[in-house]
Amino acid sequence: MFRENNTQRSALMRRRYRAEKRFKAYCISALGLALLFLVLFFADMISQGHSAFKQTELLVDVVYNEETLDLPQDAVPEDVYPLISRAWFRDMPRKLKNNPALMGTTQQEWVPANADVDQFRKGNRDQIDEDEQAVLKQMEAQGKAEFKFNTTFFTNGDSKIPTNAGLWSAFVGSFYVMLVTLLISFPIGVMTAIYLEEFAPDNRLTQGIEININNLAAVPSILFGLLGLAIFINFFGVPRSSALAGGLTLSLMTLPVIIISTRAALRAVPQNIRHGALAVGASRWQSVRDHVLPASLPGILTGTIIGIAQAMGETAPLLIIGMIAYIPEAPDGITQAATVLPAQIFTWAGMPERAYVERTAAAILVLLGLLIFMNSVAVYLRHKFERRW
Amino acid sequence: MAAIAFYLGRRKALLCGAGGVRLHSRPQQYGTYVAVWMAVPALGIAFIAAAASLLHLDVPSAPFVFAFSLAGAAVGLIYALRKVEPTMRARTAIERFIRFLLFGASLISILTTLGIIASILFEALKFFDQVSLWSFLTGTTWSPVATYREGQQAADSLFGSVPLFAGTFMITLIAMCVAIPVGLLSAIYMAEYAPYRVRIAAKPMLEILAGIPTVVYGFFAAITVSPLVVEAAEAFGLDASYTNALAPGLVMGIMIIPFISSLSDDVINAVPNSLREGAYALGATKSETIKHIILPAAFPGIMAAALLGVSRALGETMIVVMAAGLRANLTANPLEDMTTVTVRIVDALTGDQSFDSPETLSAFALGLVLFVVTLTLNLVSIVVIRKFRQNYE
Repeated sequence: MFRENNTQRSALMRRRYRAEKRFKAYCISALGLALLFLVLFFADMISQGHSAFKQTELLVDVVYNEETLDLPQDAVPEDVYPLISRAWFRDMPRKLKNNPALMGTTQQEWVPANADVDQFRKGNRDQIDEDEQAVLKQMEAQGKAEFKFNTTFFTNGDSKIPTNAGLWSAFVGSFYVMLVTLLISFPIGVMTAIYLEEFAPDNRLTQGIEININNLAAVPSILFGLLGLAIFINFFGVPRSSALAGGLTLSLMTLPVIIISTRAALRAVPQNIRHGALAVGASRWQSVRDHVLPASLPGILTGTIIGIAQAMGETAPLLIIGMIAYIPEAPDGITQAATVLPAQIFTWAGMPERAYVERTAAAILVLLGLLIFMNSVAVYLRHKFERRW
Repeated sequence: MAAIAFYLGRRKALLCGAGGVRLHSRPQQYGTYVAVWMAVPALGIAFIAAAASLLHLDVPSAPFVFAFSLAGAAVGLIYALRKVEPTMRARTAIERFIRFLLFGASLISILTTLGIIASILFEALKFFDQVSLWSFLTGTTWSPVATYREGQQAADSLFGSVPLFAGTFMITLIAMCVAIPVGLLSAIYMAEYAPYRVRIAAKPMLEILAGIPTVVYGFFAAITVSPLVVEAAEAFGLDASYTNALAPGLVMGIMIIPFISSLSDDVINAVPNSLREGAYALGATKSETIKHIILPAAFPGIMAAALLGVSRALGETMIVVMAAGLRANLTANPLEDMTTVTVRIVDALTGDQSFDSPETLSAFALGLVLFVVTLTLNLVSIVVIRKFRQNYE
């Protein structure tokens, strides 16, 4: 009787322990799955994008004279001509004019191959013209076709010719937009946080502001785009697709992030500090300015960098205010039409050529690299200056 | 100029102080006081003039405005200088000014919300002048006919938004089917089981997932996941479109995992330890404690996290713009192409229609619906989370 009961009980225990193990396994596999997504994602981006950082270049005899100034395609041997990027021919006369010493000479130069040849050598494309293939094979055998680091990708603006397309104008645009965003959202965000944390009475209005800020942090970003379009562009007449319009719109989005993190940083400063300042006769603002703010500055900066990094990857509101224009030249100021890195990624993602797919993935790697860098700076600041009270 | 005012104010204060009278505040504070009194009228006048010119009102010429603000500055300066006396409480006045300034800054966030509401509402009302609210909310065909010419009324355009809502709902549903189980179970693992070092390593990794820009997820969905879905469907003998609803839904789910997991993690950690220890004392295993004690206690918080996730999925734009279809399609099959509210907003506003065409205005009507729905979800979850925190604090 007793024995039977015991085995029953141990069967029950075994079942319970099995359930326990099973549940734990579910949990681990969920976390594993999430991390697997991350690994797969990065592997996919790197495998698609790494090849855009190199570019096939061909060693060619280039003839510089009056004739080739007018007809650049005659400057290179006839059989190599179809392999070379159109962009190079377009730029050649300008280069010759800027450097008259070249006139009448024949130079052996590394010249960028066109996108088809480049993609063929990278194995992304199965076939090119047979004659071209033969010429290419011969040049490869002679060491006249090599992969070089693709500097054009970083120094050029957007282009309709994939070989010539680069990120520079998007970099400059992103820089201006982030500058405007930072200049607007940082002071207003910090001031709001100081008011709510240090000065505000606990009444309905304050609670309303708090709930409103929490809600703004969760409003879909595209609605900020509608606001930017209707108010900044149509009502105030800010130039469409300018860095100013983009910066204004994004600063409203970044504001809640900065407010929330600044409040957390201010709250972390112990009351003793404030009481000490007040006890020696400082006013409330003096105690905040001279004691609380310096103590919480690392936290505030960390929050600001995270907010700016978030704004830097934002695309949807910028689409609405027209920042997907074709911008081959970097803008000179905040009122000129500009594009930003994520918008450039979006534009390239819509291009049909294989060479743009590769460049899109490479641009994504550059953007992710920048964001990871900014976030690690934020984490470093937090660790370096974190104070335990 | 403000510097001169600062100097004048401080000098007067110092002169008074030199006479042996005790000052209420420090000399610099009198200086700041005078400077503020001078700068505010001048900047105020300039600002009003700038705002007026933006609104295309009649504005006096720039030199006049400049002279006027100089006059304002002078009046402020004289007034403030006269007030500088040993007994004057300059510090209190500055304090009040700063408080006012800070309060003003905190109103910007309210203005932003009002700005969103106003901008959407006005344009949406214009849209509902042309299309009835009822046919907008219940119509099942969305086919705006682009009208390029003036006066040509798009009478045959149909703005029935049900297929858009269906598409949005379908993609959100797929996303939540991925995000809620994976996010919640990872949160449980990290809060209850994981050793400290795993937790320290895994949390930032998940945060990376949250920090990836949505345009990047969109590219991933369109270039990698969509073809995979199509191949997988073919393997089962099914026909899938390259702009199917499944791919953006799955990728959106991945994007939302970290939101769900970090919020649920907080909530689970907020459940007091006494509840756990009580369950262990009764002989419950860990998983039994989690299932029967912790999850029920944390349920409101987890619900709130899920609602925030839904709100994010509804408003997500780039993934669906890049990977979902453009065709308004009322179907229950996630392998077909479907479009969403946000896709239509982007499409209507990046085309070349004139700004007053019904198609452009329809973007604002859709935006209004999106705003109302996400606002409700956000407010509910914010309130629930607040209540939950108060319960256990």
